[in-house]
Amino acid sequence: MKETDKNSSPKKPSPAKKAEVVIHAKGIKKAFGDKEVLKNITFDLEKGENMVVLGRSGQGKSVTIQCIVGMLKPDAGELTVFGENVAEMSDDDLKQLRIKIGFLFQSGALYDSMTVRENLEFPLTRVLKLTDQQDIDKRVEEALDSVGLLDAIDKLPSDLSGGMRKRVGLARTMIVKPEIMLYDEPTTGLDPITSREISELILNMQKKNKTSSIIITHDMECARITADRVVIMNDGEYIAEGSFKELQKSDNKIVRSFFSDTI
Amino acid sequence: MAEQAITGWKRWMEGIGEQCIFFTRFFRNIFTGGFEWSEFVRQCYEIGYRSMMLVGVTSFIMGLVLIIQLRPSLVELGAASMLPKTLAVSFIREMGPVITAIICAGKIASSIGAELGSMKVTEQIDAMEVSGANPLQYLVVTRILATSLMVPLLSIIGDAIGLFGGFLALNITDSISFSLYFNKCISSLDFSDLLPAVVKSVFFGFAIGFVGCYKGYHSNKGTESVGIAANSAVVTASLWIFVIDAIAVQITSLLFYK
Repeated sequence: MKETDKNSSPKKPSPAKKAEVVIHAKGIKKAFGDKEVLKNITFDLEKGENMVVLGRSGQGKSVTIQCIVGMLKPDAGELTVFGENVAEMSDDDLKQLRIKIGFLFQSGALYDSMTVRENLEFPLTRVLKLTDQQDIDKRVEEALDSVGLLDAIDKLPSDLSGGMRKRVGLARTMIVKPEIMLYDEPTTGLDPITSREISELILNMQKKNKTSSIIITHDMECARITADRVVIMNDGEYIAEGSFKELQKSDNKIVRSFFSDTI
Repeated sequence: MAEQAITGWKRWMEGIGEQCIFFTRFFRNIFTGGFEWSEFVRQCYEIGYRSMMLVGVTSFIMGLVLIIQLRPSLVELGAASMLPKTLAVSFIREMGPVITAIICAGKIASSIGAELGSMKVTEQIDAMEVSGANPLQYLVVTRILATSLMVPLLSIIGDAIGLFGGFLALNITDSISFSLYFNKCISSLDFSDLLPAVVKSVFFGFAIGFVGCYKGYHSNKGTESVGIAANSAVVTASLWIFVIDAIAVQITSLLFYK
């Protein structure tokens, strides 16, 4: 995969690979009032691929993934997930799509009036509509075990540390076995050791569940561990893309500013 | 100046439109499958049982104070025997439901506004929505229906405690038996006193739940918004209670007191 700049054509999967594209975005634009946040976002996410999006704060990285799950509608452009145009979906279709997409929020977004167990049961009973309590208990315990937090099953989110909250958030998202994972700054606010643990967890989850992921981060260590492909976002556009190693060697000034500490 | 007025007007109209949409979504979600019974029961407990002490104490004091205030005037008119009847009619028709609703607006609307507002700020509502769950059904429908059911019940309990407060106040200066006092109270009431009071309490409860949920659900992101949501929920719900009361009294007068 070669590094490209903003003037080059958007990345297309090579015909030789014939990889299945799960998310296709072409010319996405989104503005809030006078501020144009997304100017021209074009990318394809292939099945089983981890794509890391790097960029300064306020560049519209989170807006992009919010458009993917239909929380925001793009002003222009084409955005398809599993071949379906998100902007044209009915509420019911959008709900069905969201079951296939996991979204890990920056804060973990745990339901703070519920215990960890109830947090994990929530998508099972409300989204998958499971009723067999034994099956639910088994899935909850398995999910918590996979993030190493089985001991915290009856704790409230307020009793958990930042890293533990992220792990529980990840377990709650993965428990419905989504085909696509969207991570919004999964390691922000965590110490380097916990950040690394979360990054490795993301990688393990991808290998175990064969998910395709978009990971938005400022954490270069997280990007190095998790990325199959890295894209750099600046001023509402993707200005460069390639593997982590390829971008480390980039001559582009903005790209270099991200990778300067990693070389 | 004119531009500011137009912008303010536009925002106000947008707010009305948003509330209509929110109401429609709430109403539609009542009848879609998967009613959250366990959450509804939990909300009834939180809203009803946990407000009972506050409503009870306030109603008791109001009943007590009303008798103490009314007594000199009625004694002067030679109508001291009318005290139980006066208290019963005023309390059941007006004081009980309105006091209960105002107490609930302060306690429940603010709590719902703050809870949903903080869930919005911490992205919990977004998390429910993007997971494919229905936050409106879980958070909004249960709370609005719980307030619509619990506020009338609290109002009935408040009425009874208020009348008991009146009985104790009357026994400070006069002597009246418990059975005679309540016999006089109940015999002075009829269907046209009880039914409109209960019906308007249902609307008070609905307004409290709806305003609390709307303000919390539509709060902006940022910690300051939680306080704003709670505060404006109390103010708006209190205002709605008086508006509904004014409308209810007109309808009741037309139907029952011609």
